[in-house]
Amino acid sequence: MVAPTVKLAVRDLRIAYGEEEAVSGISLDVHANEIFGIIGPAGSGKTSFLRALNRMEMFNDDMHVSGEIVFGGRDISDIRNVYALRQKIGVVFPLPVGLPMSVYDNVALSPRLRGVKNKAALDEIVERCLTRAALWDEVKDRLKALGSLLSGGQQQRLTIARALSQDPELLLLDEFSIAVDPVTTMRIEDVLRELKEEVTIILVTNLVQQARRLADRTAFFLSGELVEVAETEVLFTGEVKDQRTRDYVEGRFG
Amino acid sequence: MFEATNLNRRNHQIQWLFKVLFGMMTLILIVPVALILGVLVAKGGPAISMEFLFSMPRNGLTEGGILPALIGTMWLVGVALLASVPVGIAAAIYLSEYAPDNWLTRGINLAIINLAGVPSIVHALFGVGAFVVFAGFGASILAASLTLAVMTLPVVIVATRESLQAVPMAFREACWNMGATRWQTIRIVVLPNSVSGILTGIILEVSRTAGETAPIMFTGAAMFLPFLPQGVLDQTMALSMHLFVISNSIPGMSEEFKYGTALVLISLVLLMNALSISFRVYLRGKKKW
Ligand SMILES: Nc1ncnc2c1ncn2[C@@H]1O[C@H](COP(=O)(O)OP(=O)(O)OP(=O)(O)O)[C@@H](O)[C@H]1O
Ligand SMILES: [Mg+2]
Repeated sequence: MVAPTVKLAVRDLRIAYGEEEAVSGISLDVHANEIFGIIGPAGSGKTSFLRALNRMEMFNDDMHVSGEIVFGGRDISDIRNVYALRQKIGVVFPLPVGLPMSVYDNVALSPRLRGVKNKAALDEIVERCLTRAALWDEVKDRLKALGSLLSGGQQQRLTIARALSQDPELLLLDEFSIAVDPVTTMRIEDVLRELKEEVTIILVTNLVQQARRLADRTAFFLSGELVEVAETEVLFTGEVKDQRTRDYVEGRFG
Repeated sequence: MFEATNLNRRNHQIQWLFKVLFGMMTLILIVPVALILGVLVAKGGPAISMEFLFSMPRNGLTEGGILPALIGTMWLVGVALLASVPVGIAAAIYLSEYAPDNWLTRGINLAIINLAGVPSIVHALFGVGAFVVFAGFGASILAASLTLAVMTLPVVIVATRESLQAVPMAFREACWNMGATRWQTIRIVVLPNSVSGILTGIILEVSRTAGETAPIMFTGAAMFLPFLPQGVLDQTMALSMHLFVISNSIPGMSEEFKYGTALVLISLVLLMNALSISFRVYLRGKKKW
């Protein structure tokens, strides 16, 4: 078997908010074109981990990140052009944010920032991304409506469409289906399986079964530490290294 | 099952008591304002006529109209707006969108709030030193307006910052996360959703300066000028100054003229306020999130 290409290498990542440490030395590799699941109880540092990947500590003077995150061959803390970095990383956080502009403009925003001006090209991107986010049918007749006034679940899918419109190399999904109904969630999950051909996906989820359905490998976080990372099937059914992993996936705590 | 218990009844009484109490406080607040307006309208109303509003004063200010003062006040407020708006908005954008949250920024913010409390006579002295003498504008609309502008800058900054900060942080983060720069984010989501609030807030604050006397008295306002100002380097009459002069220094001035002038001044300010408030209400009706 050929060794997989490493897309993202994290070494001894530490994240603190003020004095409080939220992530205490996590090291892991994410392979190209895999769906990498992260599970763990509330407050285990999953969201913080994703924030660090997009250099979001720059938005919060309280948040401190140390350690090494290598993406695209570069330690991201050395990248001066963080804008280019963030453009290559699409993020979807649990609280959906429809920007106060039209649905169309929401999805066209990132391409426009990249300099796409051609109307036909924008139309194509908007339709493709909204379709992939399973939102197109609901909004195709009101693309001019305000994105910020869509329903919660629609805004969440709009956020997904926006992340896809970045044409990202890495897609970070944090509980993306929290406000989305089960049927639509399944549709999006199917899309994610297809997207894997082009994009590397990190999927944080509180639904362990979602990780089981989607992820190629899954990491278990607990109190800011990585308990273990393994092939998803192994983690759920096989020999785990740590009893706490077994207890968590079987719902005995968390 | 919905019968009121004793506790329910008592809570209800207490809540009623507080409502009445707070309502009465509001009344106490309204009474003086209503009285002032009532007196002004009753005593000054009869003076208001086309001639009063649109002709030059005659016979040592005791006859004729207040046209040069009315026009002068518009000049002063207009030029003050032109000067303070760009500077104030730029400073507020810097403080709200760019400045890191550290002791220096907090210090500057505190200083701005305190500056808003500096008495206008102090601004007047500053204006004489800085604009009339040092900058060499002499006593002129320019010097007086700049003095007003400096005086209103703090409130302009505070009003602008409040509007900017009413735009949720989540919108900014969503934009930054896509790789937008700070400026792109300001241009794309922050300003479009705050600019109307900023402008109405500023008009509201700055129109209040129409009533200021001290800052313009030594910097550009004249007791009497037989002509209308032609440019910013002219001196000018102003309503507030005119009111001050005819109330204090002119013997045999008719009561009607004094109250009439005051009525025009307060109507001008109220008109600006009403315009900006109704604009604000209109915008609030079109909520975007
Ligand atoms: N902005 C913040 N300021 C201060 N502390 C924070 C902040 N964000 C997170 N924390 C703290 O960091 C720790 C990890 O939080 P994080 O959001 O990463 O957990 P999580 O694994 O995503 O949890 P959940 O499953 O509930 O989303 C928590 O103890 C939390 O209180
Ligand atoms: Mg989280």
